[in-house]
Amino acid sequence: MIVAERKPFEEIKDMLKGYKKVLNVGCGTCVAVCLTGGEKEVDVLNAELDMARKLDEDPIELGAVTVERQCDREYLETLDDKVGDYEALLSMACGAGIQFLAERYPDMPVLPAVDTTFIGVNQDVGWYEERCRSCSACVLAWTGGICPVTMCAKGLYNGPCGGTDQGKCEISQEQPCAWFEIYGRLAGQDRLDLIKRFYAIVPWKNQKPRTLIQPGYKKPEQAE
Amino acid sequence: MKSGSNLEKVLEAGHFAFTGELGPPRDTDGEEVRHKCSYLKGNVDAVNITDNQTAVVRLASWAACLILIQEGLEPNFQMVCRDRNRLAMQADILGAYYHGVRNMLCLSGDHCMFGDHPDAMGVFDIDSIQLINMVKTMRDESKLQGGQEMEHPPKMFIGAAINPFAEPFDWRVHRLAKKIEAGVDFIQTQCIYNMDRFRTFIQQANDMGLTEKAYILAGVTPMKNVGMARYMQKKVPGIEVPEELIDRLKGVDKKKVADEGIKIACEQVEEFKEMKGVHGVHMMAIEWEHMVPRIAEEAKVLPRPVVD
Repeated sequence: MIVAERKPFEEIKDMLKGYKKVLNVGCGTCVAVCLTGGEKEVDVLNAELDMARKLDEDPIELGAVTVERQCDREYLETLDDKVGDYEALLSMACGAGIQFLAERYPDMPVLPAVDTTFIGVNQDVGWYEERCRSCSACVLAWTGGICPVTMCAKGLYNGPCGGTDQGKCEISQEQPCAWFEIYGRLAGQDRLDLIKRFYAIVPWKNQKPRTLIQPGYKKPEQAE
Repeated sequence: MKSGSNLEKVLEAGHFAFTGELGPPRDTDGEEVRHKCSYLKGNVDAVNITDNQTAVVRLASWAACLILIQEGLEPNFQMVCRDRNRLAMQADILGAYYHGVRNMLCLSGDHCMFGDHPDAMGVFDIDSIQLINMVKTMRDESKLQGGQEMEHPPKMFIGAAINPFAEPFDWRVHRLAKKIEAGVDFIQTQCIYNMDRFRTFIQQANDMGLTEKAYILAGVTPMKNVGMARYMQKKVPGIEVPEELIDRLKGVDKKKVADEGIKIACEQVEEFKEMKGVHGVHMMAIEWEHMVPRIAEEAKVLPRPVVD
């Protein structure tokens, strides 16, 4: 899932300066699962903002709505008859959702309440870890299911580097060396040959905005 | 001859190579580089010029290389993958070559978080082994990485580092094999203190025939004092300092610790001269350049050979 982290309260409060009526839009998918931007978090943030603005003697009227997914037109549609009542929209979705919301209501200021952090896994309740940088060229087949692009601090394709310190990365004793782990896993599977070969320079595929159109589908303007 | 560099000639002629190292200043003080050169000239075959070592901004490696050439020394241009993408790397290689640089050392580079700009973006467009291969393709196929042909390619003698002590230990010789497959000509190792482990490593490399495919220069850094030894042991990832070495430094009179450090380094050089698969020593006298004449003298590596 996509993991996001709520922005510091002061930063959000600062963004909302001057607005008297704002709709806070949550997202019911990834950011709800990681306890950052779902229905509950929308209510909590609104309560905090409400209190802070009252203390500042500058009250704000806050609406709350959480859609299933802000990255999907069919769910955004449900907001069409609501947004007109507000001066600005605050979004608690990931960066993709925030932009899709802004794209649907181009005349409306749309403000981010979260920082989108990574594509990650749910280690435990409230504990998430990054696992994928969406490089568009997955190498997990020959790296024992451990991503060197994401999990190695230098993104090395021919690791490990000389900074491995008893299985830990040179950046921190808390951070396992990805290549140490790749080596260990492949050794256990008797597949070390996979990383003994030289892996050539990568043609990066993530250096411009990416689009995917599945076979058999077309962009609407191309549809017959 | 691949490059015709002095280092290549010395190694090709079968001499035991002796290289030094110089870290550029953290400002525009090129005179400091010239001053350090005065200690190295005539005592080493080539001098590594570090590239923003430990992720700290310093006078550019290529620029310091030019100072060395002006001073009549041969530089070994270090290049890390942390600070530049493939375009900038190739541009610097072309420019450095035009100005007379003939040796290169291809490195990953320490992570930005260690240095004076810990929030900088680490580039790592390519990794150190891919860099070796890129420089080899430029030299042997006269092609830039993007495929463009060159009429005047840079003919570099291509070096890389190896750390025989980092985990997983069994992997390290395979990493050496990968660097050789990618096209490396010579290797300079991380500072060696655990001689037992290095002997095992070089034996593995000999058994795999790797020491016949690339020249191996053993890395030596003399200990200045007990504090330095302790720091290297505890704080520098991938360096192994045996307790016996620290005991030996502690065992001498406080005023003689530096002498003992040099003595230990010279004993290492003596062993490396006899060790099958080792073709020279890379002497990293870190911020101790003025000691290099004495170290070279006591290690009995003078005079340096002159090969036409």
